[in-house]
Amino acid sequence: MNLVNWTRKNLFSNWHDTLLTFIILFLFYISIPPLLSWMFFDATFFGTSKKDCSGTGACWVFIQVWLKRFTYGMYPNDQIWRIDLAFIIFFFVIGAYFFVNTKIKKILFIFLTIIFPFLAIFLFHGGLFGLEEVETRVWGGLFLTLFISVFSIIFCFPIGVLLAMGRRSKLPVIRYFSIGFIELWRGVPLITVLFMAAVMFPVFLPSGTNLDKLVRVIIAITLFESAYIAEVIRGGLQAIPKGQYDAANSLGMGYWKSHILIILPQALKIVIPGVANTFIALFKDTPLILVVGLMELLGMVNMAKTNPAWLGLATEGYVFAAIVYFIFCFAMSRYSLRLEKQLKTSN
Amino acid sequence: MKIIKLMISMFAVFLITACGNQTTKKTSTLDTTKKQGFVKCGVSQGLPGFSNADAGGNWTGIDVDVCRAVAAAVLGDATKVKYTPLSAKERFTALQAGDIDVLSRNTTWTLERDAAIGLEFVGVNFYDGQGFMVRSSSGIKSVKDFKNGTKVCTNTGTTTELNMADFFKAAGVTYEPVVFEKADEVVQAYDAGRCDTYTTDKSGLAAQRTKMSKPDDHIVLPETISKEPLGPVVREGDGDWADVVRWSLNVWIEAEEYGVNSSNIDSMMDSKNPAIQRIVGAEGTKNGAALNLDQKWSYNIIKQVGNYAESYKRNLADTGIMPDRGPNALWTKGGILYVPPVR
Repeated sequence: MNLVNWTRKNLFSNWHDTLLTFIILFLFYISIPPLLSWMFFDATFFGTSKKDCSGTGACWVFIQVWLKRFTYGMYPNDQIWRIDLAFIIFFFVIGAYFFVNTKIKKILFIFLTIIFPFLAIFLFHGGLFGLEEVETRVWGGLFLTLFISVFSIIFCFPIGVLLAMGRRSKLPVIRYFSIGFIELWRGVPLITVLFMAAVMFPVFLPSGTNLDKLVRVIIAITLFESAYIAEVIRGGLQAIPKGQYDAANSLGMGYWKSHILIILPQALKIVIPGVANTFIALFKDTPLILVVGLMELLGMVNMAKTNPAWLGLATEGYVFAAIVYFIFCFAMSRYSLRLEKQLKTSN
Repeated sequence: MKIIKLMISMFAVFLITACGNQTTKKTSTLDTTKKQGFVKCGVSQGLPGFSNADAGGNWTGIDVDVCRAVAAAVLGDATKVKYTPLSAKERFTALQAGDIDVLSRNTTWTLERDAAIGLEFVGVNFYDGQGFMVRSSSGIKSVKDFKNGTKVCTNTGTTTELNMADFFKAAGVTYEPVVFEKADEVVQAYDAGRCDTYTTDKSGLAAQRTKMSKPDDHIVLPETISKEPLGPVVREGDGDWADVVRWSLNVWIEAEEYGVNSSNIDSMMDSKNPAIQRIVGAEGTKNGAALNLDQKWSYNIIKQVGNYAESYKRNLADTGIMPDRGPNALWTKGGILYVPPVR
């Protein structure tokens, strides 16, 4: 009874609502069944080659066969356990984070932010302590997407905070440097920055010395995104009432102490949605590294769909990539919402 | 104003000295490669039949086989190659900066690239050229049959578009370009009937034809409107290395001419034919020593990679990309594939 009332009230309350409802139902009717039959009912899920696909529906065999490449790129098959190990440690620590007390939380936090990055790089790259060296040229797939995003996010956040504070500084040198830096990076498109890092930069270096392309790209993305983060955080700093600054000063706190203890904790809490926004945008910008020859998830999909044995399966590849990107972006946005609620102090 | 001028000239001087340093410091790529134990090779990010990864993580393709041939010649092992996938825009810088030592990435040999940007083309491993695809029902049998107002699908921003413009201008036929960013979009538009013809390199046309809903309804016109000789490239100024790559390529092709392939090479070692003796590097031949390579350099190439015909069959014919050798047949069989003698 409730349902009928609800339907009558919301969907059929007058003639134009009714018309709209029917139009939308009709649109559903013509679009959803073909989509479902393409994705599921007529699709082929298991097999080993394109020939196993029956024809009418999607050929998910493509994804199944290529999943290893989509996930790890051209990373040597016998070394893949290293990536798995690093990610297992990462997710284990993250998972443990929610269940332990504050003291262990602190240790875990320090481990994650300071020790883990080096451990991960050591595991991925190797070349020390008998671990075989795996050069960054074979890194790829989802692994590379996550690597670039995570490291750019870790590095660009502190730089962004410093730039935001610098832009509000009373010292002209620092202020003008920060303004110049931020406006420079915001004024150029990311693709140009990537080109400079990957193509032009090596030309300026003396021959013989060379910085790894992946490192150059991560530095480029970090500097680029730190400018955006800086502006987001500056918004938070400006939203803090002047009374807070005065109160901190009157307690005898200096610039750094008042910022670290009073201003930044409040400001950062305000800007969580903006920061999350920037990070999600950063994550979605990573496919741009295709233009400099790094093969992240979308790059590997592009590679796979041009393999002579798998021609004509671009749609399946793109749908798969879209789903993966959506999962990660959605998880990030949910996490930021959760963080917002957790840190919300009633005022 | 004076200060600005001074600064600019100082910057110029700095740049010149920096460049000067670069050119004076020369190391032999051949020695470095032998010492490192691998060949650094630049390939594409996925081009069917030329360079492509398979699901197992191995590179295949006719461009990849050039890299493997060089590795077999220099190091005696065709698997000792480190592949770097490169985008079209960064490929030359990667070569100049030393990220790679051989660029084998369907690169067209042109005057500008050879002369102006410090590259050396060592040969041709595939003769490509731009062609047209039409529906067989359209009745068009030759490019002469194109009528005014022909709708042409193609990719934007490539030489393909410029060649097409040149062609129609020369032919005096008006046309309507329908351009897209991605090859897939072009194919879809053509397949859906949005244009009368689709133009790109012939190797590409053949590969895209396999994606159409009814491949047999389309034909590739016989004419070729541009020359695209594709081949491996090395850095300018290292003659020894260029020789190694050039003759690895040449012996690979000449082996086909004399019927030497991976399965019969062991019996060919005892051949009485001096030309074959030179190709397989039999006792007493001096080709290997002249290139600063092992006596068995060419044997290793043919044994491990196969000759050109085997590569072509494996990568381009069996995959259905270009079953017909066309211009890439040997000069003795009606093609234009002709290499200097390996002697």
